Amino acid sequence: MSYLKPKFAHPRLPKNDLGYTKKEYEGVISTLCAGCGHDSISASIVDACFELDIAPHRVAKMSGIGCSSKTPAYFLRNSHGFNSVHGRMPSVTTGANLANRSLIYIGVSGDGDTASIGMGQFIHAVRRNVNMTYIVMNNGCYGLTKGQDSATADKGSISKSGDANSFEGIDLCALAIELGATYVAQSFSGDKEQLVPLIKAAITHNGFSLINVISPCVTFNNNPGSTKSYDYVRAHNEALSKIDFVPVKEEIVTTYDHTSVNVLEMHDGSLIKLQKISPEWDPNDKLSIVTALHNARANHQILTGLLYIDNDSVELNDLINTTETPLNTLNYDVLCPGSEVLREFVGRYA
Amino acid sequence: MSAVNDFVVRFANVNGTGSASANFLFAKTVFRMGVPVSAKNIFPSNIQGLPTWYEVRISEHGYLGRREGIDIMVCVNPQSMLEDIRSVKSGGYFIYDSTKKLQDTFHRDDIHFIGVPLMEICNREFSDPRQKQLFKNVVYVGALAALLDLDTKEIEQLFTEQFKGKEKLIAPNVKALHLGLDYIKSHYSYPLPFKVERRNLNHGKIMIDGNSAAALGALYGGATVVSWYPITPSTSLVSSFEDFAREFRVDSITGKHNFSIVQAEDELAAIGMAIGANWNGARSFTATSGPGVSLMSEFLGLAYYAEIPVVLVDVQRSGPSTGMPTRTQQSDLISAAYASHGDTKHVLLIPSNPTEAFEMMAEAFDIAEQLQSPVIMLSDLDLGMNDHVTTSFEWDDTRTYNRGKVLTAEQLENLSSWGRYRDVDGDGIPYRTLPGTHHSKGSYFTRGSSHDENAAYSEDSDTYVRIMERLLKKFETAKKMLPEPEKYGSISHSDIGVIYFGTTQFAAEEAIDYLNNAGINVQGMRLRAFPFHDDVMEFIDSHDEIFVIEQNRDAQMRSLLINELEINPKKLHKVLNYNGQPITADLIFSSIRQKLSQTTNSQLS
Repeated sequence: MSYLKPKFAHPRLPKNDLGYTKKEYEGVISTLCAGCGHDSISASIVDACFELDIAPHRVAKMSGIGCSSKTPAYFLRNSHGFNSVHGRMPSVTTGANLANRSLIYIGVSGDGDTASIGMGQFIHAVRRNVNMTYIVMNNGCYGLTKGQDSATADKGSISKSGDANSFEGIDLCALAIELGATYVAQSFSGDKEQLVPLIKAAITHNGFSLINVISPCVTFNNNPGSTKSYDYVRAHNEALSKIDFVPVKEEIVTTYDHTSVNVLEMHDGSLIKLQKISPEWDPNDKLSIVTALHNARANHQILTGLLYIDNDSVELNDLINTTETPLNTLNYDVLCPGSEVLREFVGRYA
Repeated sequence: MSAVNDFVVRFANVNGTGSASANFLFAKTVFRMGVPVSAKNIFPSNIQGLPTWYEVRISEHGYLGRREGIDIMVCVNPQSMLEDIRSVKSGGYFIYDSTKKLQDTFHRDDIHFIGVPLMEICNREFSDPRQKQLFKNVVYVGALAALLDLDTKEIEQLFTEQFKGKEKLIAPNVKALHLGLDYIKSHYSYPLPFKVERRNLNHGKIMIDGNSAAALGALYGGATVVSWYPITPSTSLVSSFEDFAREFRVDSITGKHNFSIVQAEDELAAIGMAIGANWNGARSFTATSGPGVSLMSEFLGLAYYAEIPVVLVDVQRSGPSTGMPTRTQQSDLISAAYASHGDTKHVLLIPSNPTEAFEMMAEAFDIAEQLQSPVIMLSDLDLGMNDHVTTSFEWDDTRTYNRGKVLTAEQLENLSSWGRYRDVDGDGIPYRTLPGTHHSKGSYFTRGSSHDENAAYSEDSDTYVRIMERLLKKFETAKKMLPEPEKYGSISHSDIGVIYFGTTQFAAEEAIDYLNNAGINVQGMRLRAFPFHDDVMEFIDSHDEIFVIEQNRDAQMRSLLINELEINPKKLHKVLNYNGQPITADLIFSSIRQKLSQTTNSQLS
């Protein structure tokens, strides 16, 4: 069971612009297995929110069911969380977002929760461009039910029982790009340096942001032959770029070199700086990234970094022309047309 | 045989030929003449080509249920003609397109045949191929106008209203109407013994379908987020809501919508979005039918256990499985009342007419938010998709929305401690907070797994039982918030009670009148909500025998009564109709009379 961390914090802990220490972005102590990749991702979420100066209560943490879906308890304890139904986090988040577009939505899911039971809802959240950050903690297996292969397990990958997976693994990033996703990134739970800026950019992105994070399961999928073990991922990780995220407020003090760094401007004016490693890759070009993903797969590599971004993304609420005012704040006077209008209206049926 | 303002006309058409608007024109004319009328669509699950019927009952007594036996059949569908001729009551009339001669074998000596060469007239008078087809429908309305003595001025007025903005369509419609009228006048004696005489019985009434009424209720009730998946017969509820919202909820300056509607990928997502929106403090609903309720069950369990308000409309159709998608039934009672695995119970609202659909739908949001639990409005195809003569809607401007126990930032600031699932007031209803309210107080983790009063995960047995018991207490509290049952009948005392609900009301109350007129004293009670009000138990206790009338095979309401009120099953007799057609007073009357005579006989022997 979960237990509370001590609330005591050192008085000289560094504070962000809102006056919060990082401690105030943490959650309760994790009950996941020691060494679980998911805990590293939770820590990266804490860092990203702290560094972005987000007021914790302006974040809604959404999840489905599974090991990964437990993690919202382990970060941002001053945020509301919703641990919903297996595979159904996207619909609950969509509804929540329609109700109040002013909050920040961080959805956390697993590979079973997303690529199997929740595949239908996942792809529709992508195509609707729901304004949310969708983090898949992808370990290729079902942890809570003791290690069955999931739909993202690579073909031929060997599970703890020693059996090779017979079926093709689903590439969530390639799929999302195909569906029209406006922000797609891939990372590794153990690479905080890459993951934190990716999360910051995802939160800032105006639309659906997918971050597929390979997050090894230490208990059921960290054995030789597994393509989602720590050793395998470290050996096959092929970073596309070195990423840095510059919030809008720091814009003026930033200097960058256009010759070696690709700078992307976000809708709010903040910047993503990408130091390219692969010369033929352009983060605004779907074709090149799809080809790169196929090539990487053939070469048993895992491409990480920001894979694709659409800087002109229009999120769901704007696509359906919803008012800027959060719908949950509209009052009776705005919502109810009143008796006079009703009397006239029913006249059509008289 | 003569009947003024008391007969049934049935139209036999081919689906997709434009007959619906002509048939409605006929019913609306009777309504405008001040005579109570009810119209039922009996249509196939098909877009074009299959037989479809429209049955209109005209009843000066105001009996708006279906009645057995057809007095006048208007048949423009050769496919169903033989069956249609057979269905006419002896002494009745069969009106048909006589462009083709009627087969001799079709003839019946005990009914009257009135041929009108619809196709021939239209081919001669109209050049446009589509008009030739469409105006056949208006020509037969013209023929009926002469035969039944309808006021043609009313029909012409309806054309004017219908074609507002498309005025050039008025003249050809009026022409077609008079072609039918003149044909009858020059070939037959008119009017028939069956005819409509003007009355003033529809004062303060409108003619509207239940889905439009419920949609309007949702708009007035403050719904802002609507998520849905198309399914007959609920689809028109959401499309009506969209029409109304575009009319009344668009900001006049920015042009932005003060609502959002998302067509979901399936019913699971539809209810998921509605729950997410309600969790976040917007009033949100979804509408579906039986198959959708099956799919939504898991989510309904989450909303029940995590205590999230949500409003769901189930416009019931014939099940099980796909069943008969375009036929009516009341067969989702148990699946709705106990939707989801584990121990769950849900509040049901059961409207009988569009006025109640409007009122209950608006009220449903107040109830759901006060209870922090799902509220399911159980409509049905008959109510949802047919036009009903009903009391006009009213809205009290002094009314406000009751948002239930939601803590504001200020309240949170002043609270020394708070727990999401604590029963502070002793009514089983805790206080909730909305995301984003306060920077350091009131956040919690919503979950469908077992939790304690502070919303923390817990597998402690005592804690689990305590929360489950509190949910029962909350269900008890719900009784006081729900519409009370309604008694019917002028008989002061009776040993026999009749219980009914929803669209069965019309036929049930007509049957009660017949029984009373036949010297059989019965009293009626119409249920309007679940959990049952205390009056229901009292009604059952104060009668020796109870008949429960419902439109499903397994007597589901009877089961609910037995289960929830612990009634001796022997006391509750079933009166059932589940063939997909709305129940008739004739069936109820004869079932009850037969059962009572059996009982009397066995007591005598």
